[in-house]
This record gives sequence, C-alpha cells and structure tokens, in this order.
Amino acid sequence: MTAAIEIQQLSKRYGALSALEDIDLSINPGEFFALLGPNGAGKTTLISILAGLTLATRGHARIMGHDVVTDYSHSRKNLGVVPQELVFDPFFTVREALIIQSGYYGIRKNDAWVDEILHRLDLTDKADTNMRALSGGMKRRVLVAQALVHKPPVIILDEPTAGVDVELRQALWVFIKQLNRDGHTIVLTTHYLEEAEALCNRVAMLKQGKIVALDSIRNLINSVQGFSIQLRLSTEILPAALQEWPKSSYEGLHIFKIKDYFQVETLLAVLRAENIQVLEMQLQQPDLEEVFVKIMGVEPLGVS
Amino acid sequence: MTGFYTLFYKELLRFWKVSFQTILAPILSSLLYLLIFSHVLETRVQIYQGIAYTAFLVPGLVMMAVMQNAFANSSSSLIQSKISGNLVFILLSPLSYLEIFLAYVWASVVRGLLVGLGVYGVTMILYEVPVQLPLWILLFAIAGSMLLGALGIIAGIWSEKFDQLAAFQNFIILPLTFLSGVFYSIYSLPPVWQYISHLNPFFYIVDGLRHGFLGTSDISPYFSLAVVILCLAVVSCLTLWMLKSGYKIRH
Repeated sequence: MTAAIEIQQLSKRYGALSALEDIDLSINPGEFFALLGPNGAGKTTLISILAGLTLATRGHARIMGHDVVTDYSHSRKNLGVVPQELVFDPFFTVREALIIQSGYYGIRKNDAWVDEILHRLDLTDKADTNMRALSGGMKRRVLVAQALVHKPPVIILDEPTAGVDVELRQALWVFIKQLNRDGHTIVLTTHYLEEAEALCNRVAMLKQGKIVALDSIRNLINSVQGFSIQLRLSTEILPAALQEWPKSSYEGLHIFKIKDYFQVETLLAVLRAENIQVLEMQLQQPDLEEVFVKIMGVEPLGVS
Repeated sequence: MTGFYTLFYKELLRFWKVSFQTILAPILSSLLYLLIFSHVLETRVQIYQGIAYTAFLVPGLVMMAVMQNAFANSSSSLIQSKISGNLVFILLSPLSYLEIFLAYVWASVVRGLLVGLGVYGVTMILYEVPVQLPLWILLFAIAGSMLLGALGIIAGIWSEKFDQLAAFQNFIILPLTFLSGVFYSIYSLPPVWQYISHLNPFFYIVDGLRHGFLGTSDISPYFSLAVVILCLAVVSCLTLWMLKSGYKIRH
C-alpha cells in the first residue's frame, strides 16, 4: 500500500538554525493524524515542505507516492493545504476565488463541486461577496474550500481553529470528520489538545525539530502511569497516615496520585477512620495534555 | 494548458477590475505629455525631414506607455500577492514555473497593448499620425511588453516591500524609458551620450516601433529587433531560473 505521506530523513536548516532534523514519518491513507508541538517546533516547516512552499535541506517527502520536488505536479494534485495565515485575494468574490483555484489544478468546469463545498461549508449566501467583505471566520472557511476544489486525497490543516469561535470550530470538525469518513487522509496541527484527542487516531509530537513521540493516542495515554483523585475535605489538615502519600494541593483541593483503583478504597478508608468528610470528589483520567506536558518537559500552569 | 490559461485570465481580471487606475490613468498621463510637449516644441523642433515633431513624439509616447504598463502589471501583481500572502494559492498549485512565467508575461503584454492602443486612439482624435508598417509596430510592441513584463516579474520577486519595488521602478525602469529617445532623436545628443544611449535596450524598442509608424528610424529595425529579442531571451532565462529555483518565494 502506498503511504499517503512518506517522509524520510528530512532535515531543514536555516543557516545555523536547525528547523527539522532527520524526520521519518509515514502516514497511511485514511488516517486522522495530528502534528503537535509548541510554537517553533517545526510543524509549519514540515507542512511547508510537503506543500512545496519550502525546500528541504536534505531527505525526501512523498504524497501518495509522488516526490514533492521531482514530481511536484502530481504530489500537489494529491494534496490540499489550509494555511495557517488568513490569506485572501481582495480582487475576487468567493466563487471567483474557488473557480480560479480549480483552474490552477487543471479543472475546467468545477461549478457543481464548488457549489457543493460552498453548501457544506455554509458559504452559499456569501458566494458572490468580495473576499474583503468577509469576517475572519468566513475567510477561514473559504481557505478550507480552496484546499478542497481539486478533491485531494490528502488534506493538511495548519491550525484551522486558531482564533475561530466555538460554533464555527464545531462545524469545521463535523465537516472534516465527514471528509475523513469519505476516505480523505487528514493531517492537522492544533494547540487544542482535547481536539486532537477527540478526533485523531495517531499523533506525532515535535520538539525543536525532532519527533519525540509517535504513536496512537490510546498508547500514548496508556503510557502515563496511574491517574489522580481530587478531594475537597472537611479539614485542611491531613491525617498522619496520608502525609507520605504522593500528592499536591491547589486552592484547597488535595490531589492524590493513584496507581490503581484499589488505592481509592485505601484512601477513603483512612479518611473514614479519621472522621473526615469528603465534600467534593473528582477522578482524573490521564489525557493527551498530560502526555504532552510530560514529553515536552514543561510544568502545567497553575498546579504546584 | 488550463492552469496557464486560468492564471492568465486571473491576471487580466485583476487589472480589468481596477481599469481606471490601470488603463485610463496611463492613457490620460500620456495625453498630457503629448499636449504639453507638442505645444512647446511643435514649431521649434524637427527631427526627421518632412515629419512633424508630434508625429515623431506619438510613437515614442505609445511605446513608453506600453513598456511602463507592462512592467507595472506583473511587478505590482506579484508584490501585492507576496505581501498579502495570497501568492500561496499559486505556489500550492501544480502550475509549472513556465506556466507562471507565461501567464504573467502575457497578461503584461495585454495590458501594455491595451494602454498603447488607447494612447494612440486618443491622439488620433487630435493629430494625424501615419502608420506605415504595422507589422513592425506589432512586433516591437509585443517584444517590448514581453521584455518589460519579464522584468516586472524579476522586480516583483526580488522586492520584499513596496519601497524596493518603487526603487526598481524609479531608478532603473523610469530613467531607461525617459532616456530611450521617446522625446528626442539620440543623434541630437553629444557623442558620449549617443554611445551611452546605444547601451540602453529600451532605445531599440522605441526606435523600432517608431520605424513602424514613420517608415524611418535612427537605426535599422532588423538590428533593433535582434537586440530586443536577445535581451528578451536573457531576461526570460533569468526570470525562469528565479521561478524554477523558488528564489525568494519558496524558502
């Protein structure tokens, strides 16, 4: 099977700065894949190389088996990219922009498909509006539409929900999930880890130009040992038996680290014996954010 | 071909939507040059025997308008796309560097010819300027606007801000145009300046076009055409190399 995206030994240097270092990555057709990492980790550089906007210093990248440099015409026909920046051509209306974009891909009569994307992205009313007159959210939708005019099997979205209101974000995800169900391979970058967790099968985490984690979301989360239980108690002072328990506290909440469910029983038994009441209780499962924080080696904000 | 045709069409649509600025304004300014210079010089200057100064001036003004607008079209389109970021739509597409080159150059040719035709059309109302050899006119107008269209691509790609593009336009294109013999015959100049003028490729374009109108010129139109085509070949190769290597647009 040809990989949707195949990256081998890819490096990019800007003078002394190494933006990407020996990236190896293979994404299968039909995957919903997330590229995660802090700002400056190299996510956009990687996407730019796949799109042909940036030339790699070393290594190869292929889209559906087509090299992005030597066979760019085919690789670009197989790829739709939604850029991070909110760019638009102020000379044209939404429909003109989409018809022109179709033409760049060699598609002559694309009105039926353009009408369908307009409809699915809820842009039909705005079809004949000049790009300048659209709100930010609307422009973002047009960017998505422009990436889809040529029905690419592989779609890359670079932070599609940055600065987008909740309603549009939900609508975008419904639309993109539908595209994935229709067989498109989806790769996205996002800073909202809960989004990646809810949508994607697999993630790669980048840090300073290197892949530091590459696995399914399930495996990554399972790699975090245990979970935690947050308790608000009738007293601030913990009994001696609990002093040695691995824990932290935050605004009157006690957060106890738990390795397995049996320990919950032990914890509650101690509290009952000391006659301490539980006012509030919350069990916290590990999530992608916890994995991310652990792998990136930064402390989460607000928790001491 | 659809890719090239679409980009070409998009470039035409772009200037057509602002045609007051891109077509009518340059026609008006050429007309102002004509009115002023012909008023001042008509009775005082005669360059070729039996040919009125106005008849000498009109072909020069036509060619100047063609060249300036051909250059303005590709250069302003590219710098605007670069600065606003929408060049990405072209860079993401499978368009080849040759298609991009041809689309920008031909859109420049069309705008150049439209403005040139407009200038000539308006002057015809006021003065009588003969057309002796229309084929030469067409050849030089097309070759000249192609050359300036390609130079516009170079300037648009090289410039990172409007200021740099303005410098390219004001310090290279404008002097070369004004000193190309639009308003005078270079044989009226001192020998040193005559020699320098021969190094200016725009001189051959203007002189060749004038040959088409008047049937007479400073030098042979065959020689001028050879020079213009040579320059066009060199500039085109440079432009194609820039587009192919992604100079300043694919990092």
